[in-house]
Amino acid sequence: MKFTLSWLKEHLETEATIDQVVEAMTLAGLEVEEVHNPADDLAPFSVAKVKTAEKHPDADKLKVCTVETRDGEMQIVCGAPNARAGMTVAYAPMGAYIPGADFSLDKKPRKIRGVESSGMMCSGKELNLGEDHDGIMDLDGSLEMGTPLADALGVNDPVIDFEVTPNRPDWLGVDSIARDLAAVGLGTLKTKPIPPVKGSFPCPVAIKTDVPEACPAFVGRVVKGVKNGPSPQWLQDQLKAIGLRPISALVDITNFITYDRARPLHFYDAAKLKGGITVRFGKDESFEALDDKSYIAGETDVAITDDSGILGLGGIVGGTSTGCDESTTDILIECAYFDPLTIRRSAKKLGVNSDAKYRFERGVDTGFLLGGMDLATQMVLDFCGGEPSEVVVAGDIPTPPPSIKFDTALNERLTGLDMEDAAMRKILTDLGFTVGKDWTVGVPTWRRDAAAGADLVEEIARVHGYHNLEAVSLPPLPGRREPTATLTQNRTRLARRALAGRGLSEAITWAFVLQQHAKVFGGGADDMLLDNPISSDLDCMRPSALIHLLLAGQRNSDKGYGGSALFEMGGTYQHQEPDGQKLTLAGLRFVMTERHWTGNSSVDALTAKGDALAALSAMGASVSNLQLSKPAGNYWHPGRSGRLQMGPKNILADFGELHPRALKALGISGRVVAFEIWPESLPAPRNKGGKTKNASKAKSALSLSEMMPVHRDFAFVVADNVAAGDILKAAKGADKQLITDVQLFDIYAGQGVEEGHKSLAIDVTLSPKDATLTDKDIDAVSQRIIDQVSKAGGVLRA
Amino acid sequence: MSDLTPELGKTKDKYAAQITGAADLRALDDIRVAALGKKGEVSAMMQGLGKMTIEEKKVMGPALNGLKNDIANLVEARKTALEDEALDAALASETLDMSLPVGKRSGTLHPVQQVMEEMAVIFSDMGFSIAEGPDIEDDFHNFTALNFPPGHPARDMHDTFFMTPVRGEEGTKDPTGKQNGEEKKVLRTHTSPVQIRTMINEKPPIRIIAPGRTFRCDSDQTHTPMFHQVEGLVIDKGIHMGHLKGVLMDFVSAFFETDVDVQFRPHHFPFTEPSAEMDVRYERDGAAIKIGQGEKWMEILGCGMVHPNVLRSCGLDPEEYQGFAFGMGVDRLAMLKYGMPDLRDMFAADTRWLSHYGFNPLLQANMATGLS
Repeated sequence: MKFTLSWLKEHLETEATIDQVVEAMTLAGLEVEEVHNPADDLAPFSVAKVKTAEKHPDADKLKVCTVETRDGEMQIVCGAPNARAGMTVAYAPMGAYIPGADFSLDKKPRKIRGVESSGMMCSGKELNLGEDHDGIMDLDGSLEMGTPLADALGVNDPVIDFEVTPNRPDWLGVDSIARDLAAVGLGTLKTKPIPPVKGSFPCPVAIKTDVPEACPAFVGRVVKGVKNGPSPQWLQDQLKAIGLRPISALVDITNFITYDRARPLHFYDAAKLKGGITVRFGKDESFEALDDKSYIAGETDVAITDDSGILGLGGIVGGTSTGCDESTTDILIECAYFDPLTIRRSAKKLGVNSDAKYRFERGVDTGFLLGGMDLATQMVLDFCGGEPSEVVVAGDIPTPPPSIKFDTALNERLTGLDMEDAAMRKILTDLGFTVGKDWTVGVPTWRRDAAAGADLVEEIARVHGYHNLEAVSLPPLPGRREPTATLTQNRTRLARRALAGRGLSEAITWAFVLQQHAKVFGGGADDMLLDNPISSDLDCMRPSALIHLLLAGQRNSDKGYGGSALFEMGGTYQHQEPDGQKLTLAGLRFVMTERHWTGNSSVDALTAKGDALAALSAMGASVSNLQLSKPAGNYWHPGRSGRLQMGPKNILADFGELHPRALKALGISGRVVAFEIWPESLPAPRNKGGKTKNASKAKSALSLSEMMPVHRDFAFVVADNVAAGDILKAAKGADKQLITDVQLFDIYAGQGVEEGHKSLAIDVTLSPKDATLTDKDIDAVSQRIIDQVSKAGGVLRA
Repeated sequence: MSDLTPELGKTKDKYAAQITGAADLRALDDIRVAALGKKGEVSAMMQGLGKMTIEEKKVMGPALNGLKNDIANLVEARKTALEDEALDAALASETLDMSLPVGKRSGTLHPVQQVMEEMAVIFSDMGFSIAEGPDIEDDFHNFTALNFPPGHPARDMHDTFFMTPVRGEEGTKDPTGKQNGEEKKVLRTHTSPVQIRTMINEKPPIRIIAPGRTFRCDSDQTHTPMFHQVEGLVIDKGIHMGHLKGVLMDFVSAFFETDVDVQFRPHHFPFTEPSAEMDVRYERDGAAIKIGQGEKWMEILGCGMVHPNVLRSCGLDPEEYQGFAFGMGVDRLAMLKYGMPDLRDMFAADTRWLSHYGFNPLLQANMATGLS
């Protein structure tokens, strides 16, 4: 909403400066977005006098002028036909920015066709001061040389643009802004009362509303014998200042009242009406609207009609068929009330915006239908003459909002402000509320947002000033402090740090992806599509966080920074219900051989396994007890990927190399290893984690044996397709008490090992608890190891 | 040194010269064997003792023992010297270039996550727990329960992303329970639905913050279609706007780790009444923004007393319980605190950006060591 300081002062008696107005607005909840003073644009310019104007020696259309300016006597070459000696002009010094032409003058004198020129004499258009530009501005000769141009022209009226919150549609009129500013003590409200305008004949146009739910009331009146023409200069200037184009007196009056009182009106050329006016819903009728478009009014859109059919969309936009122009002599004035929701839905459906719609959809003052009619009539009579009819009211003007039984104690209860009743009463009264002796508060018709005590508390606190609220600390909570983070939050904090410690950097990427990409990663169902995506390549909720990490890694590579190692924590989505969202910790490494003096290191699927295990271990998973299986998603490399789970149900992580076809589908070049971890699948530890009552933090007792551990090496030959993990597990399971560790220290294939087979060399640690192991003990456990491993497919290497 | 006869002295001198000249341990051992070995010269002399008279023995016995000890000591001393020389020689060749690069660079943590952890620490200190909720929400939790009635103009200001309605099979009910997409699921436009879920499921006193991803269909230099919010909610008896002001003033100074001057202004949100926005003082220092001082105000969060209609929607009696809520944009606060110039870079995963603006993973924000 834009208005000028001078416009405000039509309603508010005040000596306040623009800065004081802005501060008062801000503290009263009218959030100022911009203050623009046109005088600021004119700051470089001043009044100057042309002493001589001679023809340019080398150009017929140019003149060489000597100009007396506040910077001294300047020689200025000018192309304006009206430049002449003795003229009073608008002078721009060198370096000045010319707002209407959007360029800056040279900072040094420049030669024009060989003649030096310093500065410029401006046209009105070049200064955004007018359209006429058959030459430079020809100023009043009585102006003194050196006077700032803004002062000379009286241009010093700041324009304020502020945000109107949806609860305050009345702020879309300058009178309400003034009322709030008066309440906070910036001045005195002086909005003039509107005397009723009596009609001298019955309204000749019959008006009825068939849709009281959408158009409860339509106030109408005819004015005969008007003469439409340009509106007065003050009105044109006022509209131009806030960016509206003056058109004609009749149009300008409706625009003025829209901004002055937040009261949209419509004027019909009564001569073009066929019969009476009926307000009804549309019947898929189309009409040419005043915004040069055509619309079709459907069965939920309010149509203003006459015998010929639709004339316009009520409260949104009028039609050309009954539009007013220079030849209009009789008008019908419409001052109606439309249901906000109906207007909002229609305008949204039809994609139409207007100042009227903007106000009706928020709710206009139901107490100003007759007042608005009288104000409009009076302005028409003043500017265009004519004879008014009596006023017709079709339908019923909505009743005023219900009053509020206000418990004054609520103010202190909600705000902590201890205020006198009289102070609260004054604030409410200043804002237009009525306050009864028993604190029955009458709500003004323009304040339908005030429906309960809390709303009145806001008004009182707002006008009293939030800076007067006393800041106090929260009372301490009773009892012992519990951890405030959840188990998963604590676990993922550690897991993320473990991953970063391994060289992966944390990223955050969009939760939506391209549907085709989602399909590659096992998602992309239609119910995961967005109805209104921000762009067509982000139209589907992601099934995996890997997609954007891959695209980002490729972008990095394309910029010359290959080998991206990234991870992200965030949601992935399977369906629309809350349990369709799964938290994942996903990461990847673009495979790039890293050359290093100690030997080139190569990332492979097992690096991703290491990443996954590091994260799981940081989260407290017992990584040595996890089962290995195959990932379900077909975006994994079939032979180089794995899944880690705890029992059949708790799937903790997938890892490995990504399938080359999946990478190709996303346009990724090279190989990528990755992992996806589901932190919420990791069960809570038993009797730990703090939330369980009486959980002991003590660790289990530790007995340190005096016995030396014994190491025994074995080599087993197994077929290539036997998993080393199974052999290690078999060996370890041979004696769960005695065997405390099994390490794989060599894998060998080649001479001495049968083709299609490999030899696995393991180091088994035996840790006796009670007595030193004898050779016999060691032989026995060795045999058990050999037996167990042979069941798993391993033969002791001879 | 032992008291030796002149002859024995010569023997000793002879060996002493040889020992001194021994070039290595093997040569030294040869000398030792020649002197003190079973068949060595000194050993032979010792064997000669048996043929001597008692008087001779009394003289020669100690003398020979002395000779033997002297030579043994000389051998031992020379052995130590030779070993030292050998070690020094070996060490002289054992060099390693200490300037060789070692180790790998650690990765970093994202500044938005860092800032959310910092906020969690500050509010945890005031007794707030962390609550979470789904990103895909229903109309009730995202709007209606928050006092945005259907058709309310404030809904427009949220630039909501809508999900494609689930098409139930013929004869079966749409799993959302709603009629034919009449109320589409949305991507939550704020984390306020978490407040609703908490108020419905828990009994006061409630003190939570709700951090998380939020979505609005808007994209330009200062808006991204996905961003992060931290919201807070306190519901109890007797909680008023003074508490709200106190909590937020404490928060903002703790967060920026400097004394920050703030201003509360009236504003409007459907879900709070009265509503306010909080501004902080700031000034520009070239391209950098300094928070806390200066002449200008910058809005950093919205807040207010929870609207009675919201309490009622969650089954709480506004006559009994009341409280406040606040919400702030994490990404913007991260930019203000840590000086990132462009919001859009936050979600681009450019490795150079991540390593420059990311955080050391060994850091854990806490009140004892500071936030960052």
